[in-house]
Amino acid sequence: MAAVQETVDRVRSIEVDAYKYGFISPIESDLAPKGLREDTVRFISQKKDEPAWMLDWRLEAFRRWQTMEEPKWARVSYPPIDYQSIYYFAAPKSGVSPKSLDEVDPELLRTYAKLGIPLVEQEILAGVERPRVAVDAVFDSVSIATTFKAELAKAGVIFCSFSEAVRNHPDLVRRYLGTVVPSSDNFYATLNSAVFSDGSFVYVPPGVRCPMELSTYFRINERNTGQFERTLIIADRGAYVSYLEGCTAPKRDENQLHAAVVELITLDDAEIKYSTVQNWYPGDSEGRGGIYNFVTKRGDCRGARSKISWTQVETGSAITWKYPSCILRGEASRGEFYSIAISNGHQQVDSGTKMIHLGRNTTSRIISKGVAAGKSQNTYRGQVSAHRLATGARNFTNCDSLLIGHECGAHTVPYIEAKNAAAVIEHEATTSKVSEEQLFYCLQRGLSAEEATALIVNGFVRDVLQQLPMEFAVEAQKLISISLEGSVG
Amino acid sequence: MMARTRAEKRRMLEIKNLSVSIEDTLILDNLSLSVNTGEVAAIMGPNGSGKSTLAYVLAGKPAYKVISGEVLLDGESLLELEPNKRALEGLFLAFQYPVEIPGVAAMTFLKAALNAQRRPRGESDLTTPDFMRRVREAAQALKIDQEMLRRPLNVGFSGGEKKRFEVLQMALLEPRVSVLDETDSGLDIDALRVVAEGVNALRSPKRSFVVITHYQRLLDHIKPDVVHVMARGRIVASGGPELALELERNGYRDYAEEAA
Repeated sequence: MAAVQETVDRVRSIEVDAYKYGFISPIESDLAPKGLREDTVRFISQKKDEPAWMLDWRLEAFRRWQTMEEPKWARVSYPPIDYQSIYYFAAPKSGVSPKSLDEVDPELLRTYAKLGIPLVEQEILAGVERPRVAVDAVFDSVSIATTFKAELAKAGVIFCSFSEAVRNHPDLVRRYLGTVVPSSDNFYATLNSAVFSDGSFVYVPPGVRCPMELSTYFRINERNTGQFERTLIIADRGAYVSYLEGCTAPKRDENQLHAAVVELITLDDAEIKYSTVQNWYPGDSEGRGGIYNFVTKRGDCRGARSKISWTQVETGSAITWKYPSCILRGEASRGEFYSIAISNGHQQVDSGTKMIHLGRNTTSRIISKGVAAGKSQNTYRGQVSAHRLATGARNFTNCDSLLIGHECGAHTVPYIEAKNAAAVIEHEATTSKVSEEQLFYCLQRGLSAEEATALIVNGFVRDVLQQLPMEFAVEAQKLISISLEGSVG
Repeated sequence: MMARTRAEKRRMLEIKNLSVSIEDTLILDNLSLSVNTGEVAAIMGPNGSGKSTLAYVLAGKPAYKVISGEVLLDGESLLELEPNKRALEGLFLAFQYPVEIPGVAAMTFLKAALNAQRRPRGESDLTTPDFMRRVREAAQALKIDQEMLRRPLNVGFSGGEKKRFEVLQMALLEPRVSVLDETDSGLDIDALRVVAEGVNALRSPKRSFVVITHYQRLLDHIKPDVVHVMARGRIVASGGPELALELERNGYRDYAEEAA
């Protein structure tokens, strides 16, 4: 009993304030006027020097958004958001589009260095060759730098900020934008369509295996600002790309809104592996502040035998509302979703996936690991549907929840729909507690309660960690331990 | 002061008038027991006599309430210490039912435990080659193959594998006092022999063992220096190895009645 009691006591005095990325960078911003009107949309489009078609697309979304209501079905609660008290655009004053890394404001480079994301194209460090990762760095509303662009271009890979793609690759953007997540999709996606500021764009041409990991690092810095980025990744026939997204924000007492849209498209035999390590500021021990993370991510396996794999490690945000999904349209296409969602303090997570089987012999696999500690609520919400033509469709789902202490909650809400009698859908779910027996066993061998919990949790999420690119798996493992700091006695 | 004679052997573990309850039921009733340095003490007794409770209370398992008494490990009071601090003081419990920890390789667990014990002593973490070498040597003696160590801790281990892994941990952690709780239960004769040999190899003038068992069988392989009989929560008889043989012949009935 004592160990559980201590766990509970420790959780009460929890220091979510252990958040390590909570600093604020002293960078002056160029802000749009507060609030959201048609003028705001025009302001953003003008700031980005966009063509008319882009502005029209935004305006149409804005008009539709005005008629929509926030979804209420998720298991999260928060006071009403005043959409008129948010800044929808914030850009560092130092200039929006530096030509090269040398022109980037040193304060911005310092910020990213502090976050452990050096914006340099250094390949060899002290004689040791490190795995190379191309980075697009998005700061508040704008992309400030993208590394390794030239080298990627040699392979024919386009990797740039979304704004740049609108200017330089309008045909590709127009062909694919909004074809996976239509601008009318849902309240937050529609809001994003109206005011999205920047994000990343990737195009991998037919038959090309992208020569390095691509990654975007999102940072919110400015107060009262929402971040609305948009990412579009296209893997053409037989192409392959692995992409990683990371996010952090300063500690602030107010809640901040993040409403992103990610669209992935794979053509015949192509594969996209999309990994997220989400570490937005989760709020303090009283539940003050933190990011509201309302994100729409969806992939379209448009071509035959194509594959989209989502891997997410979710440790941050006050509220997470996020369901990376796959539309399995191409014959024998495959969707995967691997998720670790860890909640502590007062965090609320409602996350999961949708696997929509449209084509014949499509397969999908869902492995979800939820870990709830403190007073947090952690919900897995998933939909698997097999449509009339999806003969031979197969899904396997495994959802495990682990509870630490007894003031938290874990919930599993699966929706399963089979309209084709030859589809096979399997669902397994378990909920367990870090048992006193396990803790005692570890303690008896000399481990502290904190080391023991981290060990047990890392064991619990291992299947999913193995899906992350090697160089990020270690990072993620550390992050999991940090997120659970103070969750045990 | 420098040299101790054999007659003045130090007491490694001293339990004085220990009473313990769980959910208002008295399990240990004013129990006293001493184990000398270098001694192997067997504790035998019928089911429900409180043997496993004693093992758990020594290791600090939550849920047990100590009503009175004290426990000294090499003169230092144990009962106020957290379970992990007791482990760091050199107390080891070989569990009767080792727990499963899914996803954590036995090897990973060993490394975490070893380093957790080294750090407070001011020693640096073991390098991987050094760690691997130590594990390989200790594992070989216990007929544990490397494949088993890559599997998640105790998940799908057979009864014999679980007990051998307990002894492997004991060998690597080098405790001053090892409490073996029914380590013979669920073992066939071959596994029993391997485990007993593992324990015998660790016997030294600096280490003490408390071997808890229901049957005399284990004591054919691990020869105790003293045998204590436990019934109704206290030690009711103590003697040499011959006491175990007598119990084997006559059963516990006499002692159970005596203690009543």
